[in-house]
Amino acid sequence: MNNTQTAIEKERGFSSTWQFILSEMKPKGKWITPFNIISIPIIFLGLGLIIYRFIYGIGSITNLTQEVPWGLWIGFDVVTGVAFAGGAYVVTFMVYILKMDKYHSIVRVTVLNGFLAYVFYAGALLLDLGRPWNVVNPIIGNSFGTSSVLFLVAWHFMLYMLAELIEFSPAIAEWLGAKKARKILSAMTIGAVIFGITLSTLHQSGLGALYLMAKDKIHPLWYSEFIPIMFLVSSIFAGLSMVIFEGSISNRVFFDQISDKDRKAHKGILTGLSKICAGAMFAYFFLHILVFIHDKNWNYINSPMGYWFLTEMIGFVLLPMMLFVYSYRNKNTLTIKVAAIITMVGIIINRLNVTVIGFRWDAPVHYIPSWMEVTVTLAVIFTEIWIFRWVIMRMPVLHESKN
Amino acid sequence: MTLAIGKTFAATEEIPDNTEFHSLLFDSTLCIGCRSCENACAKAHGYPEPEDELKPDVLRKTSETRRGVINNHTTSKGEVFVRNQCMHCNQPACASACLTQAMYKTKEGPVIWRGDKCMGCRYCMVSCPFDVPKFEYYSSNPKIVKCDMCYDRLIKGEIPTCAAACGDALIFGTRREMLAEAHKRIAENPKDYYNKVYGEDVAGGTGLLYLSPVPFEELGFNTKLQDESYPALSKGFLYSVPSIFVLLPSLLLGIHEATKSNQPKSPEHE
Repeated sequence: MNNTQTAIEKERGFSSTWQFILSEMKPKGKWITPFNIISIPIIFLGLGLIIYRFIYGIGSITNLTQEVPWGLWIGFDVVTGVAFAGGAYVVTFMVYILKMDKYHSIVRVTVLNGFLAYVFYAGALLLDLGRPWNVVNPIIGNSFGTSSVLFLVAWHFMLYMLAELIEFSPAIAEWLGAKKARKILSAMTIGAVIFGITLSTLHQSGLGALYLMAKDKIHPLWYSEFIPIMFLVSSIFAGLSMVIFEGSISNRVFFDQISDKDRKAHKGILTGLSKICAGAMFAYFFLHILVFIHDKNWNYINSPMGYWFLTEMIGFVLLPMMLFVYSYRNKNTLTIKVAAIITMVGIIINRLNVTVIGFRWDAPVHYIPSWMEVTVTLAVIFTEIWIFRWVIMRMPVLHESKN
Repeated sequence: MTLAIGKTFAATEEIPDNTEFHSLLFDSTLCIGCRSCENACAKAHGYPEPEDELKPDVLRKTSETRRGVINNHTTSKGEVFVRNQCMHCNQPACASACLTQAMYKTKEGPVIWRGDKCMGCRYCMVSCPFDVPKFEYYSSNPKIVKCDMCYDRLIKGEIPTCAAACGDALIFGTRREMLAEAHKRIAENPKDYYNKVYGEDVAGGTGLLYLSPVPFEELGFNTKLQDESYPALSKGFLYSVPSIFVLLPSLLLGIHEATKSNQPKSPEHE
């Protein structure tokens, strides 16, 4: 945006704001990119499958059974997706509460990422509801199941989305050139941050607490009364690994959006984040050892599930933790990115072990998601990336506001 | 989120409610496997009549068109028939899992499902230790299917249709009466009965009570289930929520104030 445009924006009234938004709706940049070619057909196929599912029932496109009622859509989209969105509460805590100014340049993109993750992945919950028209019951009306962990999680999702929207709203106001609104919204940031961190603490652990009553259904190596704490601690490094991963991709894809200063600072940010990841992973690993010894789980180790557990713990927690330590000691950003990717794979494995793989591990028929469930999941992820890209290209997220 | 919104606190004088939980007592020493209970249930709730044959040790399951089944088990004391259906727990996991109170423990004892409240999230199925609730996966207006102890008949003073159809293996009454009856039978014929009433303690006590001639493992019962109620498992987490909601924001605000003072506001960041 050049100076004349800025001047025009100042003069703009309500109707021209609409014109501005409409003009921004138009695509920017090249249409034929590898990402578009892959994502567009999958999004449309997913959309078709979703329509089919609402006509013929959930069973028509999923492999869910009476014994395994929650599959990929809950175990991956919601439970894993929300863990990856944990970066927002950790980074806002660092920047707004602890005033670590070094990380200020990644706050907006992280919050945007978190917000969209909640909208799409928690939104994917709606696809899994058999009777979605009753979704208002726990929100309004006289049907509050206050003894339910899911009630708590549902409310926290909604409130947290609101908190993240408020945290992100100054960027929207800057995009629209609404200076007064920006001032008001910025003043609300710290309140939204405090509220948001509290909500995150409770629902990140709440996602684990959902499974507390399934005591006899989850493999003992993954079930313990400490699932909520495990989920909370792992959401810290899951979220930060996502920040590292997303940051290194954004640095390449949205190269022109990022100022030289921020690009140079990025290495320092990565090193800092890898330190925090390593610390959180050490705490997580240690907790797992404590629970393992306390629950006397030795007799499960010498079995296929036991080997799988060791793979998760050593290959996807201990190994990336050491890589993070190695990286920040040697200031090596490449190994940081590798460690972040291994950590993310580990988080996917862990969440699926609790929710899908270890759930009813002893059942004669195992649940394996159908290709249609996978397609819908991919469609959800791709749509989120489309929106993310749309916002990045228009709003002051990666770059500073021009006016 | 723990506000009791919608509850009335009007100071009306309440008549003491003496309604007790009701129970079904199933005595497997008396069941002959005639399956009239299955047929009566299917007829009363509009499901197709069960046509599959009853074979020894072939486990039949409840489904979205079948609320209760009889199975034939070969045991150390010969063949024994056992009924399988919703246990109607005293403190049901499904009802505490339900975020809309669609699964609901009535004061008469049955755990019922209310379609006008249910969102179809199936968290009740995840939580139920007995794997009872079933879901209509192939419907655009799916229901959760499980035994409701014929709640509509119950409030009219009638007994559940399965108990009405059965000769004497399945009897109905208040939970207190049924427990007393069960213990009386064990005491009077200790040789015929295994000395335990399944359902007295399991999962915090259930509305279905079972008598058996052999240890319950032989009848396919999961005897590893805990005696503590299942909602107790998530109680600790839920109770910590209010304290975290008060303490954490205060702590965060405190840190925010503390870090603010020693660092002057930079013009770039707000």
